[in-house]
Amino acid sequence: MGEFKVHRVRFFNYIPSGIRCVAYNNQSNRLAVSRTDGTVEIYNLSANYFQEKFFPGHESRATEALCWAKGQRLFSAGLNGEIIEYDLQALNIKYAMDAFGGPIWSMAVSPHGSQLLVGCEDGSVKLFQITPDKIQFERNFDRQKSRILSLGWHPSGTHVAAGSIDYISVFDVKSGSAVHKMLVDRQYMGVSKRKCIIWGVAFLSDGTVISVDSAGKVQFWDSATGTLVKNHLIANADVQSIAVSDQEDSFVVGTAEGTVFHFQLVSVTSNSSEKQWVRTKPFQHHTHDVRAVAHSPTALISGGTDTHLVIRPLMEKVEVKNYDAALRKITFPHRRLISCSKKRQLLLFQFTHHLELWRLGSTVATGKNGDTLPLSRDADHLLHLKTKGPENIICSCISPCGSWIAYSTTSRFFLYRLNYEHDNISLQRVSKMPAFLRSALQILFSEDSTKLFVASNQGSLHVIRLLEGSFKHLHTFQPQSGTVESMCLLAVSPDGNWLASSGTSAGVHVYNIKHLKLHCTVPSYNFPVTALAIAPNTNNLVIAHSDQQVFEYSIPDKQYTEWSRTIQKQGFHYLWLQRDTPITHISFHPKRPMHILLHDAYMFCIIDKSLPLPNDKTLLYNPLPPTKESDVIRRRTAHAFKISKIYKPLLFMDLLDERTLVAVERPLDDIIAQLPPPIKKKKFGT
Amino acid sequence: MAALEEGFTLSAVPLGAGPHGLLGVEQSDKADQFLVTDGGRTVILYKVSDQKPLGSWSVKQGQIITCPAVCNFQTGEYIVVHDNKVLRIWSNEDVNLDKVFKATLSAEIYRIHSIQGAEPLVLFKEGAVRGLEALLAEPQQKIETVISDEEVIKWTKIFMVFKHPVLIFITEKHGNYFAYIQKFNSHTLSKYTLLLGQEEKSVIQSFTASVDRKFISLMSLSSDGCIYETLVPIHPSDPEKDQRVVRSLLLKDVVSGDGRNGVALTVLDQDHVAVLGPPLPSSKECISIWNTKFQTLQTSKELSQGTSGQLWYYGENLFVLHGKFLTVIPYKCEVSSLAGALGKLKHSQDPGTQTVPHFVNWETSRGHRLGSQNSEQSKRIKDSEKHIEEELCKFLAIKPTPDFNTIIGDIVSELLGRHKAEPSFYPRNSLMQLIQTHVLSHSLCPGLMEAALEKADVQMLQLCLQQFPDIPESVTCACLKIFLSISDGSLQEAEINMESVSDYSDSVQEEKMEEQTEVLHNGFNAEEENCGNCDQELNKKPQDAAEETMSCPVIPKRAALLRNAILHSAYSEMFLLPHLKDIPAQHVTLFLQYLYFLYLKCSENATMTLPGLHPPTLNQIMDWICLLLDANFTVVVMIPEAKRLLLSLYKFVKSQICICSELNKIEVSFRELQKLNQEKNNRELYSIEVLELF
Repeated sequence: MGEFKVHRVRFFNYIPSGIRCVAYNNQSNRLAVSRTDGTVEIYNLSANYFQEKFFPGHESRATEALCWAKGQRLFSAGLNGEIIEYDLQALNIKYAMDAFGGPIWSMAVSPHGSQLLVGCEDGSVKLFQITPDKIQFERNFDRQKSRILSLGWHPSGTHVAAGSIDYISVFDVKSGSAVHKMLVDRQYMGVSKRKCIIWGVAFLSDGTVISVDSAGKVQFWDSATGTLVKNHLIANADVQSIAVSDQEDSFVVGTAEGTVFHFQLVSVTSNSSEKQWVRTKPFQHHTHDVRAVAHSPTALISGGTDTHLVIRPLMEKVEVKNYDAALRKITFPHRRLISCSKKRQLLLFQFTHHLELWRLGSTVATGKNGDTLPLSRDADHLLHLKTKGPENIICSCISPCGSWIAYSTTSRFFLYRLNYEHDNISLQRVSKMPAFLRSALQILFSEDSTKLFVASNQGSLHVIRLLEGSFKHLHTFQPQSGTVESMCLLAVSPDGNWLASSGTSAGVHVYNIKHLKLHCTVPSYNFPVTALAIAPNTNNLVIAHSDQQVFEYSIPDKQYTEWSRTIQKQGFHYLWLQRDTPITHISFHPKRPMHILLHDAYMFCIIDKSLPLPNDKTLLYNPLPPTKESDVIRRRTAHAFKISKIYKPLLFMDLLDERTLVAVERPLDDIIAQLPPPIKKKKFGT
Repeated sequence: MAALEEGFTLSAVPLGAGPHGLLGVEQSDKADQFLVTDGGRTVILYKVSDQKPLGSWSVKQGQIITCPAVCNFQTGEYIVVHDNKVLRIWSNEDVNLDKVFKATLSAEIYRIHSIQGAEPLVLFKEGAVRGLEALLAEPQQKIETVISDEEVIKWTKIFMVFKHPVLIFITEKHGNYFAYIQKFNSHTLSKYTLLLGQEEKSVIQSFTASVDRKFISLMSLSSDGCIYETLVPIHPSDPEKDQRVVRSLLLKDVVSGDGRNGVALTVLDQDHVAVLGPPLPSSKECISIWNTKFQTLQTSKELSQGTSGQLWYYGENLFVLHGKFLTVIPYKCEVSSLAGALGKLKHSQDPGTQTVPHFVNWETSRGHRLGSQNSEQSKRIKDSEKHIEEELCKFLAIKPTPDFNTIIGDIVSELLGRHKAEPSFYPRNSLMQLIQTHVLSHSLCPGLMEAALEKADVQMLQLCLQQFPDIPESVTCACLKIFLSISDGSLQEAEINMESVSDYSDSVQEEKMEEQTEVLHNGFNAEEENCGNCDQELNKKPQDAAEETMSCPVIPKRAALLRNAILHSAYSEMFLLPHLKDIPAQHVTLFLQYLYFLYLKCSENATMTLPGLHPPTLNQIMDWICLLLDANFTVVVMIPEAKRLLLSLYKFVKSQICICSELNKIEVSFRELQKLNQEKNNRELYSIEVLELF
């Protein structure tokens, strides 16, 4: 198959932000996740947990609460005091509205999905009416004396429980007055702590209020009498989050020690109707605070400071063994943060607020498989480009020639020209960007670096010609009439004639750049596209979907290629389909047209279309080199998928030239080392 | 459990005037209605639930019915044969048999078979079989001869196998029996010679058969009183050839063969047969239900007025000609189980049904006659214990069913129930065997440990403690009391699982000195601990102390009990504590000494484990020490001999705390070491490597 020199890069110092909130939407089976940097991500649990959308964060916009309302509308609220609604089609913020109550700590949508309740720093609980296109303030509830940290609606919508510091209030929604005030014991294992913070409340339909607090307690209250019914001490540290299942027969809490506890309503004896809440299963999938939990019908979902999103299926609820039956730990974003200039061997790393440009090293030595070659030149950090303003970077790209860098935030688009003079590098911003180039979801340079393609968040695609130090707007492809869906993925053919773009759900559109018109649309498929690329010479478009299917579509012929039909007919190997991270990048070998290179977080694969396809009986992954066995066996067992799992977690992999690969790894240990230390647990003695 | 209900008489008029009793009882097309053909000239249609006749038909004087009337299930008409060759077909509306359809055939008919889902089949005496319709189309057609001269059809039956009728008939010729299987889907006839085996001389008196998927299980009741089973394949491997089938003994001595009247046999379901006949030569005739699986007599009913030796079984009713009247005995069978079969041991006889001498008698299946009954009680108990044991072995060898554990539980409670009733009955081996099935739990048989405690059966208690997951703390504590108090003498007699106890109690003496130093290494050095005055006494004679602590304070068998059973048992402190208070002080001290000994053994090696299989963990030992001290502290402090023990315990707790605090202090250093280790494994941030893909 071939020997490669691999630039194994581990200096991409990327730290995912910690998870602050998760919100599960039952209707669409989607999960919204907000991170401490203000980013909001949408995961489609039906599409193999693919992160299909994201909203970039903002320095001043720490999200404290996230919830779905009727009609799959997503709201968030944060410490800047604003309630934000997101536009899930255009992928931008629809509007932000100040609640005028100081920082917002909590938010809850009414069971019917038509009212929004926020808990503020000043102790006020504010009720908003959700109108079809906005929200409207309705009234304040009785002001409390300290901040409202958690809110829970009664399923009938008549009462609300609000967790504050040292007490829980129960409000009557109609009158807005506090019906009960339930004081929480500050005592923690005999020691009186300063304060007891109610991190979470849940209101059950039988009137029980469940609270979790900073003293490590899970408490059950009777809201009718305002009395404590039951107390579970489950942690030595804060219990920070709670989520109840729709059936109210199980709930989940997350603690600052990284443990997630599952509580279930079980019969006292095997056939009695009397039931009680029992702590059934502890899960330790996190090392740090579990800041947020959610309860889908089949799984417990948790996330926290250690940046992992963990989806733990409840085996008793899972009927068939498929994607849903496996534990998922999602750590890395399902999009590319790295771009590469092949010509100059440069890598551009995208961070939340800055970009880093690195030049790869070189070697003159050769070796055999597995050798580490001595470096004649080490990798250089060429550039550290900080963004202006508080907004996070959405996307970035370096041109293949290495002389252009472009990136975009929510409100601004930046284009830089790089000049190389021997070892010196100078950077020059291209000023006077046109007004329409405000925000981009995806940026791409053509292979010859003469054109720039920008997917804006209104669904339009801009084509710009780059000249020495300036640019010219050539054309804008407007979205299909009636759709406002934004394009998230772009691919351009190496000859510069074709541009493919894909949104989150509709099919892939292919544009003819020469004639500046839509060429064709690839039939849409049930699962979102995770990666796109157009092969040189043949102009075959290779599309990877989140269900791990890979299609090859001939753009000139406007139909799927023979090879694609063959593999669809035969089906992919079952191990290929069981992989749990999406393919994030596809590239091609310049000299071997039959090869497709693609990778996910745990493997990279070269598909050799000339070889027979593997069936379920053949060994898909064979890391061992063929020994001196007869060539017959080797030829017989050879199949199209050549897989390597040496580099992981793999964030980026591309072919620099015929014999050189670059692989960017981000070892989990390096991330953990940079997180704040977890709560210390005594290892010895008691 | 099979049972016979109270029977009732069907006919008010006497039947069976002929020399051969009734010709037959056959089902009609309506449920609950049966055609009874009298030996003479009459056919009567009875409705069983109403106990009354619905219709009656007779042939003319001078004619005689030669074959039982049957119902054609396809048309609802009735068919009867009189004078061997004349077919009569009529329906419910017809009154006079003379005026109904008549067909005279060319050969003599043996039987007409009619079965749901197929047309009636006519079996001729010469062995040929014809469908009724084909026969009626051409009544005078020639009927071939199938069986040889002098061969006589003795018995016949029809089955539906995969929607096709299969007919079996048995012929006899000079004391040899042959079975013919006629299949109608392939029109093949296969012949089998029945080999009678050793009992050549016996005459077969009755047949019955049931069908499995591939075999017809043919049961025959011989004149020696035994039931034999013959498996006749439905699909013969080579239909052309004459094949032989052997019969095997199924039940022995079910009837006395030389009764005046005949005996009869019929299959009820896959496990039960009904036998009609006198159980003993001199006794009256009985109808008895036998379980063929367990070879037990399930129930029996005496028919004092004599029978014709004929028995029919349809649906849930047995038909017997009792005296002169046709009697219907409803038969019920709940799911049978060994527990049920065993239960018969102590269940008193149901009023109304009278058992044959005793009940099952495991002996019967082994060829003993029933005479040994009068032997003395204890022998009987010993015998039944032994038999239960043997039967259990057989039962346990069968693949477990889903409700295996409940069955086992039932058996145990039955056995215990009997033990309660007659205390001398204590089937210890059987119980042990049952415990070892690993499916029992305390809640399934609460009386078991109680009984064992009563008997001070330490072996059984040990087994229970090891196997049961749910022993209440009070019982655990009661076991502990017995284990501690039972005399060494009786312990020596008991067979106790000594698993891995001897491993270290023997080696103690040799390693004594070494251990002592090692213990010190583990942080027990008195000087370092500045234990001060409290352990002066110990310091005075350290050698003594070492000796005392290092030799096992209990004999190995007791140690085995304590270590392998008590320490492993599950408990919750709250419930155990009050019971521990009841243990006498010297026993507490003994147990504490033993636990301390175990602790010292534990701390001998770096992994802090005991040798052997399934050793109690250090935590288990510590928990028990704490529990014992918590429960009995006030008592223990007062006992002079416990003083040394308490001192050493105190010392070791103190040292333990020191170790923990030291460990906590150096934990950070450990972590740093770990980090260093990791960094060494970590590669550089950047490297160029060579990769070859194959």
